[in-house]
Amino acid sequence: MTENGKMTLRIQRYNPEKDDEPHYEAYEIPWNAQTTLLDGLKYIKDNQDPDLSFRSSCRMAVCGSCGVMINGVPKLACKAFLRAYPLGASIEPMANFPVEKDLVVDLTDFLEYIQALKPYILGNARKPEDGPNRQTPEELARYYKFSLCINCGLCYAACPQFAMNAAFAGPGAVTLAHRYNLDSRDQGRSERLKLLNSKHGVWGCTFVGYCSEVCPTRVDPAAALQQCKAQSALHFAASVLDCAKNKEACHGEQT
Amino acid sequence: MQIINADIVIVGAGGAGIRAAIEAAEVRPDFNIALISKVYPMRSHTVAAEGGAAAVWQEADSFDLHFHDTVSGGDWLCEQDVVDYFVQNCPREMIQLEQWGCPWSRNPDGSIGVRRFGGMTAARTWFAADRSGFHIMHTLFQTCLKYPQIRRLDEYFVLDLLEDNGRAAGVTALDMMEGEIVQVRAGAVIFATGGAGRLYRYNTNAGIVTGEGMAIAYRHGVPLRDMEFVQHHPTGLPGSGLLITEASRGEGGILVNKDGYRYLQDYGLGPETPPGKPENKFMELGPRDKISQAFWHEQRAGRTISTPHGEVVYLDIRHLSREKILERLPLIRELTMEFMGLDPIHTPIPVRPTAHYTMGGIAADAQCETAIKGLFAAGECSSVGLHGANRLGSNSLAELLVFGRIAGQAASERAGKNIRFKDAALNAQAKDVEDWFGGLFKRKGKEKWAAIRDEMGLSMEEGCGIYRTGEMMQATIDKLAELKERVKRVKVADSGAVFNTDVLNLIEVSQGLEVAETIAHSAIQRRESRGAHQRLDEGCTERDDENFLRHSLAYYNKDGAPRTEYGPVKITRSEPARRVYGAEGASRKPNKEKGND
Repeated sequence: MTENGKMTLRIQRYNPEKDDEPHYEAYEIPWNAQTTLLDGLKYIKDNQDPDLSFRSSCRMAVCGSCGVMINGVPKLACKAFLRAYPLGASIEPMANFPVEKDLVVDLTDFLEYIQALKPYILGNARKPEDGPNRQTPEELARYYKFSLCINCGLCYAACPQFAMNAAFAGPGAVTLAHRYNLDSRDQGRSERLKLLNSKHGVWGCTFVGYCSEVCPTRVDPAAALQQCKAQSALHFAASVLDCAKNKEACHGEQT
Repeated sequence: MQIINADIVIVGAGGAGIRAAIEAAEVRPDFNIALISKVYPMRSHTVAAEGGAAAVWQEADSFDLHFHDTVSGGDWLCEQDVVDYFVQNCPREMIQLEQWGCPWSRNPDGSIGVRRFGGMTAARTWFAADRSGFHIMHTLFQTCLKYPQIRRLDEYFVLDLLEDNGRAAGVTALDMMEGEIVQVRAGAVIFATGGAGRLYRYNTNAGIVTGEGMAIAYRHGVPLRDMEFVQHHPTGLPGSGLLITEASRGEGGILVNKDGYRYLQDYGLGPETPPGKPENKFMELGPRDKISQAFWHEQRAGRTISTPHGEVVYLDIRHLSREKILERLPLIRELTMEFMGLDPIHTPIPVRPTAHYTMGGIAADAQCETAIKGLFAAGECSSVGLHGANRLGSNSLAELLVFGRIAGQAASERAGKNIRFKDAALNAQAKDVEDWFGGLFKRKGKEKWAAIRDEMGLSMEEGCGIYRTGEMMQATIDKLAELKERVKRVKVADSGAVFNTDVLNLIEVSQGLEVAETIAHSAIQRRESRGAHQRLDEGCTERDDENFLRHSLAYYNKDGAPRTEYGPVKITRSEPARRVYGAEGASRKPNKEKGND
């Protein structure tokens, strides 16, 4: 590696077995134009502090493991080049999640929210022997952008609503539900809209839009949330009308 | 110690593991399935696959052609009955994925589109832009959320296999968040733990692809088969090794040396096809082993380009339209822009071969079962005999699905028979694991696992790379033996229980050394050249069917080097012949077949 120079990373450390609260430690690391923050973290683990904990895997921004805060901004460590921080940087675990150790946060809730909103094809009984569904490129394009979510959690670290209410389903989970709502092969929209319309569903979002700014794959969860709100409102109106009709019918029978 | 009881336990939640879990949940809705992974499932390395998955689809194509491509691509070291089953079941799996929501790329009329891939006679690679593995992985992960009986144990690191009276009984695993060891007991165990590309310094693989699953099965007496065959992908980014998909050539990209010359025509792959008009099995659509080998020769001849990150050639896709690149290869463009600072729409991409895939693995039969009853293996960690000496691109994503499904079915049957395990026997084994794990923290010494990992990686590059000699392999064997001693003197700096990656990295490196040894020893004893195993030393430069049309089997030997044995290759209808591509391949009729089919 051709060295450009050294820089200092201030990294938030926290060991739940020893520390009452997090503290920062400074590490001097070599860097050049190609060095990512992930390279820097690995350098520290290999050469300075083997007990530094962080997650990483693919190093090409597709597995979603290595989300952290860099100078307060949620980013993937493998996609953040240190050349953007010639004066050094402060590294913290992703905001709004409980910290387990150092840069490792607990994502259990996030995964449960994803599961709760049923991100899978519903109501399509086709079997392999029936052959594939037909889906035109236009139909594919309707949901494709939202299928690019890598579940990294950066949008949750960016979301002020999730910060205030950890029960809010949040941008990532809603985006995935919305992706299936828009899929021409799926029949589960009204089932999902009931969930999306519930207490901790889409209405928690106040359209700050920061989630879309930090998304490393430009999925645009804010757009998903807005579209979802519109659908939810229509669905709600429709269900009120249905309900009214049913009532009329019932009254009709009674009289 | 906590005991979790399940009917089936699956280790690894990538493509093969989740496909197995869904199948088991479908065929036995009454079963409890434990799905263990050392990472959250969507972090698994399946997610990084780009190009696509093979399945015969077009009118003009046939199972027979896919069979012959795979068998000749594998230099006849394939189990031919397994290949037959595989090619016949690929389309079903692709359709199944489609019905689970996979966003396969489409033709304008809404039908499935397929693309060309190396070594394949017809276009038969199903793809989702150049994020095929990503979409397969997420489709499988999201679909598995439907099944409440699949209990995920995310971020549990498997330490060992539990056995009772010669049959698999579960695993011991470390709950990484709590730092506690648990037993997960089950009537059948499926390993879907992925490959071992990280044994090499330069590779396309994710950091987690370290081979522990192979090492655990091996230490329990299951042979690792055909380990000498390690695929080098011809087009990785220099330095990082990040993968630039073969689909970039399938779509019409070309490879040129420093003179701008398409050198593949000099290596039995010509004549030259017009840029942007690729022909199957010609030039850039040759098989990976031959294209990587051609690079090696060009480098030796001084016709590659020197960069700060080593020698490279250029992959040029500029002649594909901007529109096509954005539609078919968006990830490639993004990666090149992010990591190389150049836009392939305007500039050729510097590439070089890097370690990519382990053709060999845990020896398993056509039902994915190993020498230990009730222990199954599927996906890259396994060797069911599909890939032989060289895997064709897009056969591995298909393998995950076809054999993940089989493993799920077969394990369900195996686990279905009422089994009672001896409590005391399992507890004793788990106690041993706990003691061993605790012992790691008491080791003294000045060695570092990071240094050992790096030395192993460089030594594997030198001794077990694209071309090999007895001398180079012996040097690697000696180095690995030295590292195995040194790794015992690594002091663990992190004494904590919570998310202690210091100790887990040490375990990965230690297990990796075992797997690396099986590669080096199997390689030095194969005194011939076949597929991805090419030797330069005298008497070994040609294929030798008389002596080596056999699978190598590496057995664990507690006291030293692995013991190498050989097993037969199942030939059903394709007799070994010379592998030919380009014009010579086109002029050759398909091989004579035994019997009829």
